[in-house]
Amino acid sequence: MSPLIIGALWGLAAAMLIAIAALIGVWWERKVAGRIQLRYGPQEAGPAGLLQTLSDTIKLVLKEDITPTQADPVIFRAMPFLVFVPTASALVVVPFVAGWAPLDIQTGALFFLAVPGMSVLGILLAGWASRNTYASIGGVRAAAQMVSYELPRTLSVLALVILAGSMSTGTIRAEWRWWWIPVLALGFLVYFIASIAELNRGPFDLPEAESELVAGYFADYSGIRWAIFMMAEYGGIVGASLFGAATFLGGGLGIPGPAGAVLFVVFSALIATAMIWVKWTFPRMRPDQLMGFAWKVLTPMALVQIVIVGAVVPWL
Amino acid sequence: MPVDIESRSSALDPDGMPVEELVVNVGPSHPSTHGVGRVVVHLDGDVVVRADPVIGYLHRGIEKMAENRTYLQVVPLTDRLDYVGSMYANWAYCRAVERLAGIRVPERAEYLRVIVCELQRIASHMMGLGAAAADTGAFTFFVYAFDQRERVVELFEELCGARLTYNYVRPGGVSYDAPEGWTDAVLGFVASLRASLPEMDKLFFGNTITRSRTKGIGVLSAEDAVAWGASGPVARASGVNWDLRKHDPYSVYPRMDFDIVVGENGDSYDRGRCRLFECYESCRILEQAIAQMGGGPVKAEGLARLIAPPPGDAYDHIESARGSLGVYLVSDGSVRPYRMHVRSPAFCNLALLGRLAVGHTLSDLVVIMGSLDPVFGEIDR
Amino acid sequence: MSALLERIAEHNPRLYPLFSLEFGDAVVGVERDELLATMTELKDAGFDRLGMVTAVDRGEAFVVVYRLQSRSLSAAIFVKTLVARSDASIPSVFGIWPAADWQEREVYDLFGIVFEGHPDLRRILLPEEFVGHPLRRDYDDERLIRRPDYI
Repeated sequence: MSPLIIGALWGLAAAMLIAIAALIGVWWERKVAGRIQLRYGPQEAGPAGLLQTLSDTIKLVLKEDITPTQADPVIFRAMPFLVFVPTASALVVVPFVAGWAPLDIQTGALFFLAVPGMSVLGILLAGWASRNTYASIGGVRAAAQMVSYELPRTLSVLALVILAGSMSTGTIRAEWRWWWIPVLALGFLVYFIASIAELNRGPFDLPEAESELVAGYFADYSGIRWAIFMMAEYGGIVGASLFGAATFLGGGLGIPGPAGAVLFVVFSALIATAMIWVKWTFPRMRPDQLMGFAWKVLTPMALVQIVIVGAVVPWL
Repeated sequence: MPVDIESRSSALDPDGMPVEELVVNVGPSHPSTHGVGRVVVHLDGDVVVRADPVIGYLHRGIEKMAENRTYLQVVPLTDRLDYVGSMYANWAYCRAVERLAGIRVPERAEYLRVIVCELQRIASHMMGLGAAAADTGAFTFFVYAFDQRERVVELFEELCGARLTYNYVRPGGVSYDAPEGWTDAVLGFVASLRASLPEMDKLFFGNTITRSRTKGIGVLSAEDAVAWGASGPVARASGVNWDLRKHDPYSVYPRMDFDIVVGENGDSYDRGRCRLFECYESCRILEQAIAQMGGGPVKAEGLARLIAPPPGDAYDHIESARGSLGVYLVSDGSVRPYRMHVRSPAFCNLALLGRLAVGHTLSDLVVIMGSLDPVFGEIDR
Repeated sequence: MSALLERIAEHNPRLYPLFSLEFGDAVVGVERDELLATMTELKDAGFDRLGMVTAVDRGEAFVVVYRLQSRSLSAAIFVKTLVARSDASIPSVFGIWPAADWQEREVYDLFGIVFEGHPDLRRILLPEEFVGHPLRRDYDDERLIRRPDYI
């Protein structure tokens, strides 16, 4: 079959994977958040509430598709997809098995960092196209935030690339050694925090600050369009966790076979749970504090990580 | 909610470029405002240039309605003033009636009033702190605070049958005596509150992000607090040492041993912390009140259902969770009040919002409003 | 403080004895023209806190009631002024205590008494376009439900 068709099939598989990941991600988040708040999460729909997200999605699909009269109709309707697709497509470069990723190109790490950056444009335009004060403010805040946090994230992944000697994600995972964990500890922390910020999650969710801006840039999106924004967010969480576990933690600590695969899944789940935990514990940061944190704290930390890696490399 | 972006060309900035102020409407229907209150905010970028609270969305004309009801029928109206604190709203009104009509309240009733007022203060602070925390994004603290509030509300349900508007404190006493074992349940609640408050304190106020979002935000100086008529935790956080329970004592408070929580900096952090520490002091008062409470009637002897005080006017106030809540009653000798005015502490505190928010960002405005703890039932009456 | 009260009694012979009926706190009655001077004197004497500003409709006139508190003197005092219905205006004490800001707006809103010198006198509780002043005793509106005289 032609590469185009193979690529399209992989894209479809990735989209389905993202959708399922989002369903499970939302369920897990609600359960964890519930337990943190001294209550159970969803319980009724399905065993342990597993079908809750599915029923919510069905409800959202059945909702009326509203476009505000003042909004720009074409851009307004297209933006959920411009946010979802880049974030979802980052999943194709995650090295699920050592030495292999669904799309194992020479510049895999760069692909993982750069392609989701297009969703910044989607968020900005979504806020603008809604013709709504709050949404515009939310969109602008989101754009500034995501652009700022791309830098520490990129630098932390750069540390990985330097150690592995290649940008291809499959190679990075294949090159993993146990001593990467202590060397890259700082970088992993920076990657974790910067990923949360990139996804507009947790303490960095000012653009969608529910209590201030009433959901900010997606305030005017209802029904399935809103669900697509949410899928992008949870898909991003899953993607960031998978990538982090695959590269920084060697995807199951480099143990081959099914044991390693299980460990890989466990690590990804732990990273995702940590993201959820952080969100429900901390209050929100203010925009200027958020920016200050990115530029004055995380970026220097990432640079220090690169220096550490640079000191280690001659000994390889 | 689509809102027309009104922009207004104001001053030119130094480079000669025209600067437009963005006018944003915060509320009235908004998850952040505590009830229905609107703030018209003029923003220069992200900085607030002017903040103008617009109130009256919950104005029900309670003062006018009171002129058409007997003194006893007004009590449920006062429930709905500060609906987060019905007990002490009832109490302020009843004190004014008792002053006007010369009614003596039996001692057990006074103790019960103190007990329910302190429990209500705890519940109100949990609500206020929880809402303020939810505004900043700490939803878990909100749920924990409401867990505590739920226990208080269940105690009240055992006592008088209602969860929010109690109609419990009546002129001449209280409506029902405490059922068997109720005071033990209160002591049990006090013990559990004492155990959970430090954890809640650390969760929210111990958090770096909370500190950076509330310290130095909305600083109110002590002189401003007094000049602008602020009272309650808002004034005490600025260093104004004024609590009606100590400085103008009423009821059986002179027999209690407790401290007043006074802050230093007058910023949002101090206001929130003041409220938290007041819960500890309320616990102390509760324990003492239950220990000291004796038996006896809970209603004044021989009190007519239709109270007709002699002509004149009277004012009485109590220290509510929001500040000094006063009721001014004018009587013309009939069974209905001629005029009732409620001096609402949240009303006077909210007037500060315009001053405190200038120079801060929109996110800070939300935090400041949370720290002022407005309840619009009381503000709008 | 009694010296201060005597001075006020001297300046306001007509009104001072009118308001002697009060259960607890001290009351002084002042003429409208003496209001600002008396208030300034009271503030200088230590009444640094304005607790309440309200009004009562007494038919032929409005009684504007102020309650002042002093922490240093541990005292509270009521100041009452008569305002004629036909000329319902009174100087604002905003310059003395900024706490009067919203409270005076509320009295204006509900009674129609104009406070001269108030920086921003507009309706506060009722909508801007509302006509009438509801707390006046002669306010009539078909939406008002008056309870019958039986209890």
